Amino acid sequence: MAELTKRGIGEVLAKQGILIAFVVFMIVFALANQRFIAIDNISGVIRSSAILGVMALGVTFVVIGGNLDLSVGSMMSFSTIVVLDLHDKIGPTLAIPAMFGLTMALGAFIGFLVGYLKLNSLIVTLGMLSAIHGLTLTWSGGQNMDIADKAGTWFSVFGQGRVAGVPVPILIFAGLAIVLSLVLSKTPFGRKVYAVGGNGKAATFSGIPRARIVFMTYLISSFCVACAGLLQASRSLGSQNTVGQGMELEVLAAVILGGASLLGGSGTIFKTVIGVLILGFIQNGLLLMGLAFYVQYVVTWLIIILAVWLDIAAKRGRFWSQIA
Amino acid sequence: MTDHTPVLRLEDIVKTFPGVRALDGVSFNVLPGEVHALMGENGAGKSTLMKVLGGILQPNEGRIFIEEEPTVMTTPVQAKAKGVVFIHQELSLADELTVAENIFLGELPLKSFGRVDWGTLYDDTNAILKQLNVGFDAKTRVGDLSIANQQMVEIARALTVDPKAVIFDEPTASLTDAEKVVLFDVISGLQSKGVGIIYISHRMEEIFKITDRISVLRDGQYRGTLNTRETNEEEVTHLMIGRKLDLSRNESHHELGDVALEVRGLSCGKLFQDVSFNVRRGEVLGFYGLVGAGRTEIAETLFGLRDPSAGQILLNGQEVRIKSPIEAIGHGISLVPEDRKGQGLVLGMNCRDNMTLPQVDDLTAGPFVSDGAEIAIFDQYRDKLDIRTPGWRQTVGNLSGGNQQKIVIGKWLSMRPEVLIVDEPTRGIDVGSKSEIHNLIRDLAAQGFAVIVISSEMPEVLHVSDRIVAMYSGRVMREFTSDEVTEDSLIQAISGITGDKVA
Repeated sequence: MAELTKRGIGEVLAKQGILIAFVVFMIVFALANQRFIAIDNISGVIRSSAILGVMALGVTFVVIGGNLDLSVGSMMSFSTIVVLDLHDKIGPTLAIPAMFGLTMALGAFIGFLVGYLKLNSLIVTLGMLSAIHGLTLTWSGGQNMDIADKAGTWFSVFGQGRVAGVPVPILIFAGLAIVLSLVLSKTPFGRKVYAVGGNGKAATFSGIPRARIVFMTYLISSFCVACAGLLQASRSLGSQNTVGQGMELEVLAAVILGGASLLGGSGTIFKTVIGVLILGFIQNGLLLMGLAFYVQYVVTWLIIILAVWLDIAAKRGRFWSQIA
Repeated sequence: MTDHTPVLRLEDIVKTFPGVRALDGVSFNVLPGEVHALMGENGAGKSTLMKVLGGILQPNEGRIFIEEEPTVMTTPVQAKAKGVVFIHQELSLADELTVAENIFLGELPLKSFGRVDWGTLYDDTNAILKQLNVGFDAKTRVGDLSIANQQMVEIARALTVDPKAVIFDEPTASLTDAEKVVLFDVISGLQSKGVGIIYISHRMEEIFKITDRISVLRDGQYRGTLNTRETNEEEVTHLMIGRKLDLSRNESHHELGDVALEVRGLSCGKLFQDVSFNVRRGEVLGFYGLVGAGRTEIAETLFGLRDPSAGQILLNGQEVRIKSPIEAIGHGISLVPEDRKGQGLVLGMNCRDNMTLPQVDDLTAGPFVSDGAEIAIFDQYRDKLDIRTPGWRQTVGNLSGGNQQKIVIGKWLSMRPEVLIVDEPTRGIDVGSKSEIHNLIRDLAAQGFAVIVISSEMPEVLHVSDRIVAMYSGRVMREFTSDEVTEDSLIQAISGITGDKVA
């Protein structure tokens, strides 16, 4: 009986390791600083995590489908610059759909290369990271982009508005998370993403159009990037060319922290959301503890590596293993 | 033989995992110069026993003796140092390194300052290779070798120590008949040097050809040891599964229907040429030949995975062109592929999702997959095929080989195909499940499916087929009915010795 209970706890730990880590982080930070669990602080963290979170939702599809997407950071810079520039030229009503169209065209291009031409996703998206950065600089001429009449545009509603007291970025993040979670876990398409990432050959032998599924995951990822760009542009109403720089790794960290396998075939939207929140709360907690932001880089990544190690150790049942 | 001390002796080995008694008092011994077969169905405890012997797992109770010395082995390295060596079923070689580097990996001979002593390395390696009588040398890159030769490298690795006991785990799984002969020579060479050999295999013919004694495990328990010369397949099978097996020739002659699939002059580059055959509803057509004869490639062409360079495919008398698996499925052709784990299943997915994968688009309620419809299909085929699993949520990777294969078969049956192609239906599957799958194939034909079975095992082809197509090197050599076929004529046909060519 005692053995059974012990085993039960072990299994819960193995399955929900990340969730438990999340709770532990929260308690530690809360004990260290009362302000940490104030409602407005929590709401603030979620709001500032929303941009990263929205991108992570899309990348979750790509990763479960068995590929990587390292281009999302520079693609987000592109979306932000484009929508800000077009805002003053053709007005927000046209600028937004135009920006979505351009961003998703980039996603479609990557999807074509990785899905249909079967090129290695790491190389393709690493290349696109640079290429899209160049595209952004070309578009802006290297200048920061600002909306002329910041006070008089309704465009700020996405990044700064509130509905029934809840910040709009949180609503968009939550809404997208719910919709994409349903798509991934409940639709035939979602099932096929898992199959393609889990065993691409078996998927092909089951009549699943692998290339099209991979293509679609990149299209979804670029759609999410466009949403993130919209939030970013609307929040600051002005931007540098490098606003998304480095976010591709944070996004990937959130997805992996949530427990999606880099080899594809596993992960969920819910877990990714937890991963995003852990990242957000760690950074916020460190800030409240008074650590300089550059110390955060070190501590954040140490915590990520620690969490991933604990997760793997729980799955293996030991901390160290000769055979992976 | 009995007056020798055993090289290896196990006494009352017990190994428990939470909730399972994987090994329950297993005892047996291996004498010097003997080939000792270890048999049992999948899940009988063979691999656990081997892991205990290899120092990977520690037994909860019982003792291991090497030459009557009580021994405790805690790591594979220790086991090897004590003379217990494994030849694994799955090759674990580094393709980019040479044969010599692979054989002495981790124990390369060194000169001063940690430099590798290449001269000694190559000399030592060539000395070992000479014992094995192989046609390659120490400096060959492993990636350039055939699978059979890679297996030889794996064996050579075992010979770097003076082995007392060598364990072969399904060594012939990927070997052709000619390559097996070489392997058996090596085994008898070891035997004559007084090495004890444990030989694990599902293939009865091999067991009876090369072993001296057979020990059988069932459900973790030791069921007894038989002298190979004094027993027969029936007795061994009976010990293994606790009942008798039907391995007779197929003689059922139910009504055959119309021709479901006809192939005329089909070619695909150098893989196969000018292949013609047909299969009727209610019929099992067997394809027999050596590995590489082009059988799997024909199946893949019919399933839209390869483009034929010439020829016609007719379904129900209508010519069709099949460019993708999706089109093949649309035309009612299904393929149970050769490589169950690599091509047939998504191992990390649950049973139900694997089974409904090809038709998940049609099982929807609104935009979502309908749980109810999926579970209904799974339940139906679980009962029909007698799939043993705790429930549909079970991850397919945790099932036994036989049950995994039934999931793949169920996946295609639930699509109600016109033509069902089954490639190597029982590869790596234990004897009990094997006969279940054979019966299943016969039943499917009786229900009016047109079935094509590709197999490298002669008893299997003879057991299930109404007609047999013999292939050699990409060509159809001869077609037999089950009445006229003999083992000799079949072997001649697949070896390229032409009788009358009936194509």
